[in-house]
Amino acid sequence: MIEAAGIRKAYGATLVLDDVSLTLPAGQCLALLGPNGAGKTTLLRILAGLVRPSAGRLRVGGADAVRDPEAVRAQVGMVAHGSFVYEDLTARENLRFWAVMGGLDASPARLRERLQAVELDAVADERARTFSAGMKRRLGLARVTLGRRPLLLLDEPFSGLDRHGQKWLVEFLLAFKAAGGTVVLTTHSFGGGLSVADRVVILAGGRVLLDRAAADLPIDELHRIYDDIVEGAAAS
Amino acid sequence: MIGYARRTWIVLWKDLLVERRSKESLNALLFFALLLLFLFQFALGLDQDRLHAALPGLIWLGFVLAGLLGLGRSFVAERDNDCWDGLRLTPGDKSAIYLGKLAANLMVMGAVEVVILALFGLFYNVNLVSVLGPLAVVLALGTLGLATVGTLFAALTAGVRARELLFPVLLLPVQVPVLLATVSATQIVLAGQPLGDAGAWLRLLAGADLVYLVIGLLTFEFILDA
Repeated sequence: MIEAAGIRKAYGATLVLDDVSLTLPAGQCLALLGPNGAGKTTLLRILAGLVRPSAGRLRVGGADAVRDPEAVRAQVGMVAHGSFVYEDLTARENLRFWAVMGGLDASPARLRERLQAVELDAVADERARTFSAGMKRRLGLARVTLGRRPLLLLDEPFSGLDRHGQKWLVEFLLAFKAAGGTVVLTTHSFGGGLSVADRVVILAGGRVLLDRAAADLPIDELHRIYDDIVEGAAAS
Repeated sequence: MIGYARRTWIVLWKDLLVERRSKESLNALLFFALLLLFLFQFALGLDQDRLHAALPGLIWLGFVLAGLLGLGRSFVAERDNDCWDGLRLTPGDKSAIYLGKLAANLMVMGAVEVVILALFGLFYNVNLVSVLGPLAVVLALGTLGLATVGTLFAALTAGVRARELLFPVLLLPVQVPVLLATVSATQIVLAGQPLGDAGAWLRLLAGADLVYLVIGLLTFEFILDA
């Protein structure tokens, strides 16, 4: 699903990503870990076709992200930090807006079904302004599942979610994967990330410092490796 | 084509709904228009001849200043919560977003202009009812000219830190043909002359509107991606 080779991104003299290479088959989940400023969000935006890499090759679902970012975007469902939520619209109105914009089924029944799926049906007609960060994230997930996008990109999906919300998200992502969907998520929640990820990548200073199967990484081991790698990168 | 029209409509619906609920632009614009009228009254005094001579310019000064405030804010909501990126990820021709935004801006500006005109009539004792038809034609063409470029430049400057400064600096020079034509045509209409006498100005205005609209439709996608 994702084939990235030698991805580099610089903003002026600031190098954000340096020689990032990774592959991810369809139906798998990749968890991107790393300290703040490691380049996780930038990598996610490059994978979404929203940011053009300065160098390197990237194919998403067979489409060349540099030559044809529109074809990449058509395959991507993304929940960013802000969740693409209009504060002065209700949950239902937000979903209706994005459904029509995406050329998807915006019928009341479909919107109700999606809101039920993310457990927001009880507050469907309340303005998003009154929602907590976790509720906005759920609304974002309802939005991306309106269609059948094969690749889900999630930026810090576990932040702002309570214990029940985290559990719900893990179940949601496992079901998405089981249906053949591919997921890339950034997270600081090692437990949440490991419970859905097939692969774990640690980014620090814009470089991939670890790329390993999640099954080979018990959480204690991951904590130890992460601390060693990140502290080592910071020291150098 | 149906998908394009639906996306244009949903952007218009969303913008008007957000405006109705937040009332951010409308309240500020109406208050601002009222302030302008008071200022003009103080500046020009009670001399009716002076007032009538200056009226077309004053009306458009009011519209343009109110338009600068309203149009400049039309993409602010898209910057909140990363909605801008959400729009970029939607499929299809992005000019539908521009067209929806333009339609919403035209409706908000139209509502503000109706109120400003009514207040002008009341404050300055000017009979606008007798020239309402021709005046509406000039207003529609002038507002379209202001909104087409204003919507495009609002998108262009939405992510810039000095947005409030940059927006009028970019917009006003481009608006010169529109302002020249609208003020001149308004002067002819308010003098009670037939609309045909303003034909040359109206043709210039319609031409500028068309050029601005086409440029907006063709370039919006690049601005969204910039």
